[in-house]
Amino acid sequence: MSGAAPYAVEARELSKRFGSFTAVDRVSFNLDKGSIFGLLGANGAGKSTIIRMLCGLLRSSAGTARVAGYDINTEPEQIKRNIGYMSQRFSLYLDLTVAENIRFFGGIYGLSKQLITSRLSWVVEMAGLRGREDELTGRLAGGWRQRLALGCAILHRPQIVFLDEPTAGVDPLSRRDFWELINRLAEEGTTVLVTTHYLDEAEYANRILLIHAGRIVAEGSPGELKEGLPQAGPIPPSLEDVFIRLIEKQAGGTGS
Amino acid sequence: MSGRIIPILKKEFRQIARDKRSLAVLSFQPLFLLVMFGYAISLDVRHISLAIYDGEKSAQSRRLADEFGHSEYFDLKFDLASTQEIDGLMSRDQIQAALVIPADFSRRLLKDNACTVQIILDGSNAVSASTALGYIEAVVQDFSARITARALLRLGNQPFQQPVDYRPRVWYNPELRSSVFLVPGLIGFIMIVTAVISTSLSIVREKEHGTMEQILVSPIRPFELIIGKTIPYVLIALGINLAVLVASYLLFGVTVQGSYLLLLMVVLLFLVSSLGLGILISTLATTQHMAFTLSTLLTILPAFILSGFVFPIRNMPPVIRVLTFLFPGRFFLAALRSIIIKGAGLSAFWQQLIGLVLFAAVTLALSTARLRRQYRGTEGQA
Repeated sequence: MSGAAPYAVEARELSKRFGSFTAVDRVSFNLDKGSIFGLLGANGAGKSTIIRMLCGLLRSSAGTARVAGYDINTEPEQIKRNIGYMSQRFSLYLDLTVAENIRFFGGIYGLSKQLITSRLSWVVEMAGLRGREDELTGRLAGGWRQRLALGCAILHRPQIVFLDEPTAGVDPLSRRDFWELINRLAEEGTTVLVTTHYLDEAEYANRILLIHAGRIVAEGSPGELKEGLPQAGPIPPSLEDVFIRLIEKQAGGTGS
Repeated sequence: MSGRIIPILKKEFRQIARDKRSLAVLSFQPLFLLVMFGYAISLDVRHISLAIYDGEKSAQSRRLADEFGHSEYFDLKFDLASTQEIDGLMSRDQIQAALVIPADFSRRLLKDNACTVQIILDGSNAVSASTALGYIEAVVQDFSARITARALLRLGNQPFQQPVDYRPRVWYNPELRSSVFLVPGLIGFIMIVTAVISTSLSIVREKEHGTMEQILVSPIRPFELIIGKTIPYVLIALGINLAVLVASYLLFGVTVQGSYLLLLMVVLLFLVSSLGLGILISTLATTQHMAFTLSTLLTILPAFILSGFVFPIRNMPPVIRVLTFLFPGRFFLAALRSIIIKGAGLSAFWQQLIGLVLFAAVTLALSTARLRRQYRGTEGQA
């Protein structure tokens, strides 16, 4: 079934209102399998709300989406088996050791003992935590914790991984290592949807969705987005210039 | 299905074992409370400090004073030279009661066949004052009855007997020790602390740390999560219960008169309703601080005041008495006392049991409904 779905994620007029406030306003997009998508926007633009709806953590007010071929409103259980989710909070148990965290998350995904053991060594290797399996997670520095959280989120080899601000509060070197991991995942065929407000990071994405005030204001590869902008000086425009220009246009256009 | 509960169980036990501080609080608090309630907060009134002013110092007045001196309820602390001293002694808490025998005590007794002694009581503790008053009345009445008897005998009658005599026999708690009465209440109190507060805190902690979100995106089902998170606290609460029972036997000689099986059943039923309340609180609270405040407000205070733990429900005004039905403590305590003190069977407290079942059903239904709503994501992120 999921193999037959043309896209990893298909959103149709997806909306979310909190009372009178519209956080996400009729958003539609398709994500190809095996690519990295960057969801860009200022704080409060609606990035996290979109991700939370796609993961089944939040119900949509209107519109729908299919994730791995399953409907977010009617088939949340099937979706949960096929996705991984990691937020900026690196939600691990700080009072458990590295290995205990991995075994716990493997357990709640219903992985067998043998599978957990083999995935454990894979995650430990990936996160660079070999030899530190019995250390308390709370003692790890941000970068290690972040890679361990990613490892725990993809233990069950999901088709699609949602990363909500995964690099917040991590040093630049760790951020680069982290993006290498994400690239490796995409090469293995995993679809990655990642939100960030570090505009330099957006260059790693194959495609970018620019969100402003709950709506998609631009979509394309980083190159395409920059091409649309006239070069004003000797320096080629950066994604930041694109971003600022688009937001200004929006603000002028709608008068808000 | 059940395979996914086990990792949660394991994790929960590990976290409890690693949180040494909470574990210490969980295990020492019950014993501390037991010793506190058993020894310090005794409701028994004995050894009332008494001062006597004997204005006559006759054989007759001496006899009355001796009556008090011989009672174990009174300690004759002061023999006063003047009634002026009473004020000072009572305000310094050296005496709780004073007896004033007038200078014309035996004279009036002979002449009018009636006389008055004055009793002065420290009413600042109303409970012990009224108990003390009861004892004093009994001593004085006993004394006057004997005078009447002697007078009648002198008049040539048959040896006089009081028309109605009584032989008191106190059932279930013959020595009227308040520890016997308080231990069942204490068990309820301790279970509320462990069950409601610990479960609500352990769930809200996960919300605060974001790990709840991580669990919610996994295929685990709400009931698996709840079972996995509550079983450890059920076991801990049962363990503490057992420890309290053993300790109250060793310290106060309180034994369970009734069936242990019934006791276990009532305790489990109460635990289920408490856990339901704990989960309900955790769905309402977003921070551990809020969860703690809510649990304290909804459990400790009603358990202490409205359950009949210390204050008898039948003495409460009707409005408050109705309120007691809103908390499971009253049902639980009545059933516990029936089993532990009276050794009663099911027929004695089936109504309490129905109350507990109703309460458990309501809290569980409400909490799973709320949890499901949050789980399905119909509510915004808190």
